[in-house]
Amino acid sequence: MTTHSASTSPSAATSAPASSTAAALPLGDDALVLSHRLGEWAGHAPVLEEEVALANIALDLLGQARVLLSLVGDEDELAYLREERAFRNVQLVEQPNGDFAHTIARQLYFSTYQHLMYGQLAASDSPLAPLAAKAVKEVAYHQDHAEQWTLRLGDGTAESHERMQRGLDALWRFTGELFEPVAGLDLDREALRERWTAMVTAVIGKATLTVPEGPQSGAWTAGAGREGLHTEPFGRMLAEMQHLHRSHPGASW
Amino acid sequence: MVTTAAYTPHTAHNTHTAHTAHAAHAAHTDHTAHAPSTPTPLEAELRALAGSVPDPELPVLTLGELGVLRSVHVSGTGHVDVELTPTYTGCPAIEAMSADIEQVLREHGRHDVTVRTVLSPAWSTDDISAEGRRKLAEFGIAPPRPHTADGPVPLSLTVRCPHCGSTDTELLSRFSSTACKALRRCVACQEPFDHFKEL
Repeated sequence: MTTHSASTSPSAATSAPASSTAAALPLGDDALVLSHRLGEWAGHAPVLEEEVALANIALDLLGQARVLLSLVGDEDELAYLREERAFRNVQLVEQPNGDFAHTIARQLYFSTYQHLMYGQLAASDSPLAPLAAKAVKEVAYHQDHAEQWTLRLGDGTAESHERMQRGLDALWRFTGELFEPVAGLDLDREALRERWTAMVTAVIGKATLTVPEGPQSGAWTAGAGREGLHTEPFGRMLAEMQHLHRSHPGASW
Repeated sequence: MVTTAAYTPHTAHNTHTAHTAHAAHAAHTDHTAHAPSTPTPLEAELRALAGSVPDPELPVLTLGELGVLRSVHVSGTGHVDVELTPTYTGCPAIEAMSADIEQVLREHGRHDVTVRTVLSPAWSTDDISAEGRRKLAEFGIAPPRPHTADGPVPLSLTVRCPHCGSTDTELLSRFSSTACKALRRCVACQEPFDHFKEL
């Protein structure tokens, strides 16, 4: 299929202002890494419908990641041959799946952010706007999915309530990084944070859960994923994700 | 991830992005025929051919009825440039669609073909033709509802069961066999069915 030319050849990419596509790497890494985490649920989800739902969400994110990373360079090289420190994703998306409630907490925090972020980006004059306009419609469903599950688990049994609260609490310290400045991404971050907080607070309250207290960034590492500093589980995730490609360079289906 | 979905920052937003759109075009063939000019009879014919390709996931629909075929242009040198838009950004069927379009055009003597993927303007379920909706329902898939001003996820309108016609249906899962469908069940006839969800 050689006629499938990527229109993002180096000449096209570099002719755009440097800052305009600078955000493609961090946003692409967010989508790629979360896609891989969600893919880890394949074969392990609590019910078949959720197996399919999580895989579908992962697929949406993978599609977004491919478009974004292709703006930066070769998508396969970027995904499979970069070292941990070269990844620019937020630490929230690299956090292990934990139990189902933990994954849903991660989804609630991230999809709410991603929906608002793509919404702003779609209305901007960024060259990423066409992707954002498309992705925002997909992420609306991810957010709805996370919201419905948060309500169901929070306002469910004593055990589901406790697990959902535990997930929200454990991941809270990774949420501050979502509102840090990103090079090439000209957003109203204050509005983003306010809207995110209002939406997440409303869902958590309605689910009879408690908005976590405490800082939204942790010790020295938290809040540094955009600078290439990642948490311990990320290296292991990458090892698994990159293993096949590194062991068998050029392998294809 | 060998074949790359091309990203063309087509947008009518403003002058700034018009600049990058030019740059992206320059990386391709000449786009002299790309202006919103009236298609030539040859272009109309090739478009009908490309549009007649069945969707790889939903073979009851053609790509034309699905609304994913954006344009077909023939340059002065006879090169055929086809613009295709994905339903979802990560839709894996896009590669099969491109290959099928290339094949059908090749069978009709057009060997110099480029199928490009464009994202903007974003595809919407409103792009599915009336005939496409009818075929979906006939195939047992509830067609998407038209958009309202409320946004992309209209949850208030009911979805009619494609089997018995009842409006008493319930959502089982927001995500079904493909990203573009949700799984529902009819309370009246108890049959589960796919619903082409609104995007």
